[in-house]
Amino acid sequence: MANSDTMAAPAALAAGPRGPKPKRRMSRGNIMVYGTLLVFALYYALPLYVMIVTSLKGMPEIRLGNIFAPPMEVTFEPWVKAWSQACTGINCDGLSRGFSNSVRILIPSVIISVAVASVNGYALSMWKFKGSEVFFAILMIGAFIPYQIMLYPIVILLREAGLYGSLTGLVLVHVVFGMPINTLLFRNYFASIPEELFKAARVDGAGFWAIFFKIMLPMSLPIFVVSLIIQVTGIWNDFLFGASFTGPDLYPMTVQLNNIVNSVQGVKEYNVNMAATLLTGLVPLTIYFVSGKLFVRGIAAGAVKG
Amino acid sequence: MALTDATDTGQNIPVQKPKRLFKNLASKIAAIPMVFTALVIFVGGTVWTIVYSFTSSGLLPRLKWVGLDQYERLWNSRKWLVSIENLAIYGICSLILTLVIGFTLAALLDRKVRGEGALRTIFLYPFALSFIVTGLIWQWILNPELGLQSVMRGIGWESFAFDPLNNSKLVMFGLLIAGLWQGTGLIMCIMLAGLRGIDEDIWKAARVDGIGTVKTYIRVIIPMMRPVFVTSLVLIGSGIVKLYDLVVAQTSGGPGLSSQVPAMYVMTSMFGGQNLGQGFAASTMMLVSVVIILVPWAILEFGGKKRG
Amino acid sequence: MTNSIEIKNLDLSFGAVKVLQDLNLNIGEGEFLVLLGSSGCGKSTLLNCIAGLLEVTDGQIFIKGKNVTWAEPSERGIGMVFQSYALYPQMTVKGNLSFGLKNARVPKDEIEKRVARAAEILQIEALLDRKPGALSGGQRQRVAIGRALVRDVDVFLFDEPLSNLDAKLRVDLRVELKRLHNQLQNTMVYVTHDQVEAMTLADRIAVMKGGKIMQLGTPDEIYNQPRNLYVADFIGSPSMNFLHGHLESGAFRVDDMVMPMVGYEFAAPQTADRPAVIGIRPEHVVTGELVKNAPLKFDAFVDLVEPMGSDTLVYAKLGQHSFRIRMDGQARVKEGETLEIGIDPSRASLFDRDTEDRL
Repeated sequence: MANSDTMAAPAALAAGPRGPKPKRRMSRGNIMVYGTLLVFALYYALPLYVMIVTSLKGMPEIRLGNIFAPPMEVTFEPWVKAWSQACTGINCDGLSRGFSNSVRILIPSVIISVAVASVNGYALSMWKFKGSEVFFAILMIGAFIPYQIMLYPIVILLREAGLYGSLTGLVLVHVVFGMPINTLLFRNYFASIPEELFKAARVDGAGFWAIFFKIMLPMSLPIFVVSLIIQVTGIWNDFLFGASFTGPDLYPMTVQLNNIVNSVQGVKEYNVNMAATLLTGLVPLTIYFVSGKLFVRGIAAGAVKG
Repeated sequence: MALTDATDTGQNIPVQKPKRLFKNLASKIAAIPMVFTALVIFVGGTVWTIVYSFTSSGLLPRLKWVGLDQYERLWNSRKWLVSIENLAIYGICSLILTLVIGFTLAALLDRKVRGEGALRTIFLYPFALSFIVTGLIWQWILNPELGLQSVMRGIGWESFAFDPLNNSKLVMFGLLIAGLWQGTGLIMCIMLAGLRGIDEDIWKAARVDGIGTVKTYIRVIIPMMRPVFVTSLVLIGSGIVKLYDLVVAQTSGGPGLSSQVPAMYVMTSMFGGQNLGQGFAASTMMLVSVVIILVPWAILEFGGKKRG
Repeated sequence: MTNSIEIKNLDLSFGAVKVLQDLNLNIGEGEFLVLLGSSGCGKSTLLNCIAGLLEVTDGQIFIKGKNVTWAEPSERGIGMVFQSYALYPQMTVKGNLSFGLKNARVPKDEIEKRVARAAEILQIEALLDRKPGALSGGQRQRVAIGRALVRDVDVFLFDEPLSNLDAKLRVDLRVELKRLHNQLQNTMVYVTHDQVEAMTLADRIAVMKGGKIMQLGTPDEIYNQPRNLYVADFIGSPSMNFLHGHLESGAFRVDDMVMPMVGYEFAAPQTADRPAVIGIRPEHVVTGELVKNAPLKFDAFVDLVEPMGSDTLVYAKLGQHSFRIRMDGQARVKEGETLEIGIDPSRASLFDRDTEDRL
């Protein structure tokens, strides 16, 4: 704390105007504010930094110590190894297999779940029928129930349908568990569209699907992006369902990563592990940094109202 | 619904009240996936597990009633008791610290600081990462030989000792550091939205009345943000109960049993231990704990609305 | 006059709440009917029932002799204009106008013809390729009216169409609406809470309260012969003065004041004495020279004066009762003065104090 105070104060003095009205002077309160923020910023930012530098070092350099030190000699070998050679104990073809599995899971899951959730939200906000609110309430409660309690019955259902252990089965599971939050998101969004617009469309002779496709869809691009962000990060980051409903050949990237890093065989290659970890985190991180405000809006919209 | 396309000729206009079932038919058809999910998966699945938690199911589920035997075994298992104790420690600390850190950061950011956007981006990015990634990152940073401890010793602090992941008394706090890192950004974001929703005039009024900043937060702002706090609590709470991936990645439940959590107990009994009944009983207990969290919230949220 | 819309024994309830109760209303061909009332009176609900946007609990609705109680909104031969305009934001003005026609599978050249005609009537030809976001409030409302116009229907429904506009534009569009009605001569049902709109536009006004029609009549009837206390109080600004007293052998008494109801047209011959309320509009009270000719004269004590430019509102005391008087804008009255006022009982309204109905 004391460190950051002394760091922040001269910087502010140097940046401050030198004219006759020294208004911008750092007050004691301001030093506290910026100091605290800086300490927390380090807590949040350093791990990413450590990961990156570790992944670029060779093993001998890592053994020398200091995880915070920048690499003396930058090497991309750990990344290559993590991608194509790292071992899980079962196979040694790196994360690439997990990556392609994750993509194959992600695309259909996201498309189907966003489509289903948007129709749900639309029906729930504009075409309420007797009991629709009850189903919605059950759906919302379901979002809070620990998944573990529903896991085994789903195994049985999938097995009966011949889908247990297949990608299709996992896709269905993602659609089911993505439904509450995304339905809520779309329902709240459509409920915020003036009811009169819906009425006008009905007077104009548009039915359920015509209003959805011609009036509502073109208006709701932002919420689709938000829902997309939630689903892509959520499904990409999933571990529980991936581990429970697929076999080693179809493991998504997260499961593959965990198996590589926590594999007890061989010598620990920390640089490869960190490169693998970064690779797995790359997709959601990219989405986060690219989408910026929409990501924040998505979690705020989903969370505050939920 | 073929009627929708009829023009104003009026030949198809019904004279009778339409049948209940066919009213709003398109909407009902569209809602079939939702109804299926709600009834079959959420209600059906939950009830199924609860019912089978009273059976002796082992490798396969079978309806052989054993009453409360599974629960008795559960509460006599040291692993389960350790799991509960661990989750309680983690849960209480996580709940308090997440709220405190989340609110503090939000309040600081709300004071019109420069670089707010950048800071918010930094605070929130871990939330985009999975628990697996989070666990592995912190496993590395807390690595005793090469991580934080060795760096501190390297810069001259020879006696510095911080090795929570290999210390059964501290391991839950090692997980906590990682959990907070991943999750506080979300709460900060929600709190910030709540703070931004507060009328600027409140601050002006407090200044006119000569109330200090900190006092205004404690006496005026926080009570006004009650709903935001309640939502945060529910989010944190339901997240804690689900704690699983993080432990798998960071400690695998070790050292020994010292970082076991209930969700892990369920998973190992169901998929690893061929002990389905135990898994069902343990997951039912998890449900009970969620109900304990959710029911007071539901009463606060929805009971209040009826009065208003 | 044949009926364009007939509403028979209409009931609508949401759960236990009865929003409309046993409502009957006939609207003539080419009539401009205004549904007037404060919020929650059921006026918009009634309009939505006519449009088919709300499902009625019981009763029947006929439009042009056809039973449309269970018909879809688009099958009823209506056009509707909403308060928030409700234009489809992603479509151009032309797209907005033609959306309904496309849904009804009207041939393309016919659509073009109708859109062009509506645009001409409403003078929005220049806006056809713009999106609603690029239009002003007044232009948007014109497009919204155009959307009803292209449907070529006999019944127009308006749901507070001018409420979102600023005061000046509201007056302009009000005049235009009246002109449009004169030109098109179709049936218009118009919901508003603004009594000026109601008085200026309507052929007949239905004043609603609690899901019932309190009075249905021409603006003149509503203003001069309110059928009950509610209507009397609701219509007129500043609102009517009410004095609570007794009707005894043809004269109204309150405290020691006696007002013989000379020239007042009773709804029914009054035989018994009864507790009653007299209602006198502030603008029907005369002062100055005119008092000489007034049938009744009183002294009022001036409490407060509000000069409003065009006229002056005087808050006075008549005996112990507060009493508003509307005077000319040039009137010079001072607070604390005693003012001689004249009242004409034939322009007053008398109500039974218990039933609140007009006597």
